[in-house]
Amino acid sequence: MTHMFFILTVTLYGCATAAYLACLLRTSPALTLWASRLLKLGFTAHLLSTIHLASMIKYLPLTNMQESLSFFSLAVVGGFIFFERKYKVTTLGSFVVPIALLMLIASSSLHAGVRQLPPILQSNWFWFHASLAFISYASFTIAAGVDVMYLIQRRFLKTKHFGALFQKLPSLETMDEISYRCLTVGFPLLTVAIISGAIWSEQAMGSYWVWDHKQTWSLIIWFIYAALLHGRLTIGWRGKRAAILSIFGFIVVLFTFLAMEHSIIW
Amino acid sequence: MNIIVVGLSHKTATVEIREKVAFSPNQIEKPLAELIGLEGIIEGVIVSTCNRVEIYATTRDIAGGIARIKRFMAEYHHLPFESLEPHLYSYHAETAIRHVFRVASSLDSMVVGEPQILGQIKTSYGYAAEFKSSGIILNRFLHKAFSVAKRVRTETKIASSAVSVAFAAVELAKKILGDLSDKTVMLIGAGEMCELAAKHFLNSGAKGVMVTNRTYERAERLAEEFSGEAVRFESFLEHLHRADIVLSSTGAPHCIIGPEDAKEVVKRRRSKPIFFIDIAVPRDIDPKVDDVENAYLFTVDHLQEIVQANLAQRSLEAEKAEEIIEQEIGQFHKWLSTLEVTPAIIALRNRFDEIRRAELDKTVAGWKDLPPDAEKRLESLTIAMMNKLLHAPTSVLKKAGQGGRVDLYIDALRQLFELEALQRDDEELELEE
Repeated sequence: MTHMFFILTVTLYGCATAAYLACLLRTSPALTLWASRLLKLGFTAHLLSTIHLASMIKYLPLTNMQESLSFFSLAVVGGFIFFERKYKVTTLGSFVVPIALLMLIASSSLHAGVRQLPPILQSNWFWFHASLAFISYASFTIAAGVDVMYLIQRRFLKTKHFGALFQKLPSLETMDEISYRCLTVGFPLLTVAIISGAIWSEQAMGSYWVWDHKQTWSLIIWFIYAALLHGRLTIGWRGKRAAILSIFGFIVVLFTFLAMEHSIIW
Repeated sequence: MNIIVVGLSHKTATVEIREKVAFSPNQIEKPLAELIGLEGIIEGVIVSTCNRVEIYATTRDIAGGIARIKRFMAEYHHLPFESLEPHLYSYHAETAIRHVFRVASSLDSMVVGEPQILGQIKTSYGYAAEFKSSGIILNRFLHKAFSVAKRVRTETKIASSAVSVAFAAVELAKKILGDLSDKTVMLIGAGEMCELAAKHFLNSGAKGVMVTNRTYERAERLAEEFSGEAVRFESFLEHLHRADIVLSSTGAPHCIIGPEDAKEVVKRRRSKPIFFIDIAVPRDIDPKVDDVENAYLFTVDHLQEIVQANLAQRSLEAEKAEEIIEQEIGQFHKWLSTLEVTPAIIALRNRFDEIRRAELDKTVAGWKDLPPDAEKRLESLTIAMMNKLLHAPTSVLKKAGQGGRVDLYIDALRQLFELEALQRDDEELELEE
């Protein structure tokens, strides 16, 4: 059952990705509508698949790389659907949906071993920590997507190159606003995630902070985004500088997520 | 019945000639009355805009109709026919349909894709409809033209891009600043293009205007016109940070805004982007301003480039539009031809059926010991015979309708079978689409 939903999700995300990429090449209201519909259907299937899996294994599927990637991808798509509705930014889909699809495919390629849940994970603090962390990561992913678009559009404007992609990309201000929004959602969530992670660490290991790679890098991420938020709020960082820092932050997030093993779990 | 078009446009006549033959929309009834009073002209619509004067009419006599309308155009405006004639074009049948569809879709306009022409034709048609100078054919024809124009507008991007410099500036500003409703425009200096662009910005929702000029009185006057704020030229740099869009066109020999000024302004704006448009020659704004982060500088040449690109895009879209029009011509032409053939076929059929019934009734009435099902059999026998007999002429007629020589056939039919004058029944003529 879960598997079926999963296959369905991958198929629908695949079609949605194709449709969003086609939107870059062609202007057609029908195509835009279908891209959005396919993605929403895919999101529904993904959500059902996750809920079904959770009810089967009796815990939130966030305990290994496979489950986490899928949850990450779910949060990214959910976030994008929100912004697409609010700002009518179809082109953002062309940048973000493929990432979600890649994550999901990577997730499905990993071995799904049935395993006993380690007692260490059987803590409410862990679920709280992990789900918030992924939602904040998803915000940063969308921010990075929109910031790449920002840099492309800025380049078109500076080099006075007004091609088809220039016409399709949203205005600089809209993209800057989306990026800022993502930051204001992602940063507080990350903060709470780190705090709840520390509490869980205390419960599981007897110490709030153990300075393992994961924790150290999480702190680095926190400082990057704290600097970005501070810069935006006080000095008025915007545009190119903010975009580059946000993209840099996302690369570090990705690196931390993929390369830093959690000494507690694995 | 044939549709004919006679007229002139920006492609065949200069504005001096166009204005001489223009019909004033306030007094359109008189020429309309004279038009349908012409011999052989049945319906008529007059379209008169600053770029074209055209008459759409229906007639049975194409050559005569066209000649009479040409003369009418010259005589009505008291112009020598010989001087006007070379500027006039005329179309009939399919070419007339194509022409009007193209005009309504703005493919024949000076600026292809401009949206006014459709409204102008609608208004002209409105007068004709009110005055009842347009009848079943032109009504249908122009409604069709309107729907074709709508289709072209929705299915192609012919009208979607800016083709004037002022409008291109607005579009560009939207690409940088997003929603313009909380944005302020600053006008430095005066100049037609600057003022026009300012108007476009205000129409697109910009919040306010600041005006500065070396002559403060001029700035005040212009500010009043835009209900904006006048700023002294000596201190305009102090106010620059309040502007999101800066339009500059002074006659200054040197740059009046340099990169340092731009840096300062961006700083004071807390890096909110600012959009400079330099319309002046020589330049008002140092090109290095564009290197300042969050400042975007465009010159009139850049805007012109956008306009050129959009025009090229429009001509690509125009090709798609022509295809749509070709499809629609086929449909309309079919309707027009069945318009006359259908009543002829119905009349012929009725005539045959009349005779059949009369003869059948006579036979049945005089027949003693009629077997029980004989009447039914006779009925179906005679119907089958009638259908067989009518089959060939019906299909020939339909084909003739599409070929164009339909009048000849209908005349022959009327005489051969003593059909009464063919009446048109509007409801039956509605083409099933």
